[in-house]
Amino acid sequence: MTALRLTPLLIPGSRRSMRLVERNVYVYRHTWLVILSGFFEPLFYLLSIGFGLGALIGTIPGPDGEPIPYQLFVAPALLASASMNGAINESTFNFFFKLNYNKTFTAILSTPLSPGDIAVGELAWALIRGGLYALGFVVVMLVFGLVVSPWAILVVPSALLIGFAFGAVGMAATSFMKTWQDFDLIQLVILPLFLFSATFFPIETYPPVLQVIVRLTPLYQGVDLIRSLTVGAISPILLVHVAYLSVMGFIGLAVVSRRLDKLLLT
Amino acid sequence: MPHLPDATDPSPLIHARGLTKRFGSFTAVDAIDFDVAPGESFGFLGPNGAGKTSAMRMIGCVSPVTSGTLRVLGHDPASHGPQIRARLGVVPQQDTLDNELTVRENLVIYGRYFGLSRAECGRRADELLDFAQLAERSGDQVEHMSGGMKRRLTIARSLINEPELMLLDEPTTGLDPQARHLLWDRLYRLKQRGVTLVLTTHYMDEAEQLCDRLVVMDKAKIVAEGSPRSLIERYSTREVTELRFAPGIGETLDGRLEGLAERIEHLPDRILLYADDGEAAAAAVHQRGLQPEAVLVRRSSLEDVFLRLTGRSLAD
Repeated sequence: MTALRLTPLLIPGSRRSMRLVERNVYVYRHTWLVILSGFFEPLFYLLSIGFGLGALIGTIPGPDGEPIPYQLFVAPALLASASMNGAINESTFNFFFKLNYNKTFTAILSTPLSPGDIAVGELAWALIRGGLYALGFVVVMLVFGLVVSPWAILVVPSALLIGFAFGAVGMAATSFMKTWQDFDLIQLVILPLFLFSATFFPIETYPPVLQVIVRLTPLYQGVDLIRSLTVGAISPILLVHVAYLSVMGFIGLAVVSRRLDKLLLT
Repeated sequence: MPHLPDATDPSPLIHARGLTKRFGSFTAVDAIDFDVAPGESFGFLGPNGAGKTSAMRMIGCVSPVTSGTLRVLGHDPASHGPQIRARLGVVPQQDTLDNELTVRENLVIYGRYFGLSRAECGRRADELLDFAQLAERSGDQVEHMSGGMKRRLTIARSLINEPELMLLDEPTTGLDPQARHLLWDRLYRLKQRGVTLVLTTHYMDEAEQLCDRLVVMDKAKIVAEGSPRSLIERYSTREVTELRFAPGIGETLDGRLEGLAERIEHLPDRILLYADDGEAAAAAVHQRGLQPEAVLVRRSSLEDVFLRLTGRSLAD
């Protein structure tokens, strides 16, 4: 039922939820500098680990087994991780604050907008921000000569897909949170994903059993997707990644929409 | 039983029968019946916790009805929430302004939530800023404004969609007297324009000022219904004589005030004599040799009605 109701909302131009995006644009017009911050995270990692550590490492086997420079290996993974982190920050801490301490949503519910519109609108805003960061990072990669395949044109949409998947699930998780302490649990999930999803070293480093587990985790889908597109190692497995992340996002959205009904309409 | 307006009235803006709201085992609103006619100014009067806000939230389509019938603007909130809300103006008990935006932006974005064009939102925002006497504060951050200004902005915001029905939950609670009078004046003007007002309050003067008709709520139920004047006539005398005695004396008066008034109410800090001629009652008290520290003769108010109906004062 909820999933059915969500589908029309997600069609681009779902006007009511776009009002939330507009609200955020108004807010950030006053504090536009804050918005720049998200751009630096992957850049700093790239400079430190990609070029610093990469100078010691040299080349490393790429997605199709061909050796590639370490910077080229790690840059797409950093973009995927940054998309995840950005979406998680927006959909957990910021979302929790708006839900519990800021009466913004309460006021909005007295208008024709519904909790589902709010969920979709907030997520759309997180994605727009994430998309801008991804675009900025792709430009940086271009400057450093780290874009070697025309398939890289799909890198930004892929980053958005990662943001969608993690943002929706993050919001769903946040809707169950009672206190700020509960967020430690989220970090307990996000940090290992960041470190172990074949982000900094090839998945072949793991023993076979662990490889299987890593291949089932969500960030790995994103890392492998963006890395393969960047170096042009196209295979049908990329479609599996896309499907995995899409399903994850829609499930998250269905859950959060239902939870918001419960939390806000008492 | 509360008396209800003429049943032949074609289309009440709000129609409730057996309206009930339960939270778990707690019943916040217990099977209340009422109708609100177009253009009317209708009040829920009652102490905190009487169920006023719960009733308002159900009417505002942000709280599902547990049982009973509710029609707002002719529709069922359960199935037509967004359509109904599009035609409501809601002033919640606590300000829910967007602190991250300026005064004018608050109005504009709120209009956008109703699907109005940017140009239209801007035009209405400027009009409403004048109406709320906030035009000079247009570019200020909301956070730094006084309580009265925030309240006026909240009311202005609720008008951005030119609502047919306004729901005001304790519109002036916490405001100083000047700010309250300014707000009452604005609400009165809206009423003059034909906007239907539904408000909750625990201030008698507010109910008397603003409401054509009201229901008195206590412990989730409606205990009386009528115009402020008719309620006073029905449940109280024309005047009230308030007597204050030195501490300890009040309890020793047993029976000595008997017969001086139609009804005598003993409150912790004072004794109320309900009589049509308050001055005569006061004189009679002195004739009996009693010496209260202070005597006040006043007209009956809704507070007296409430006291009569529930045995408690509204401020409790």
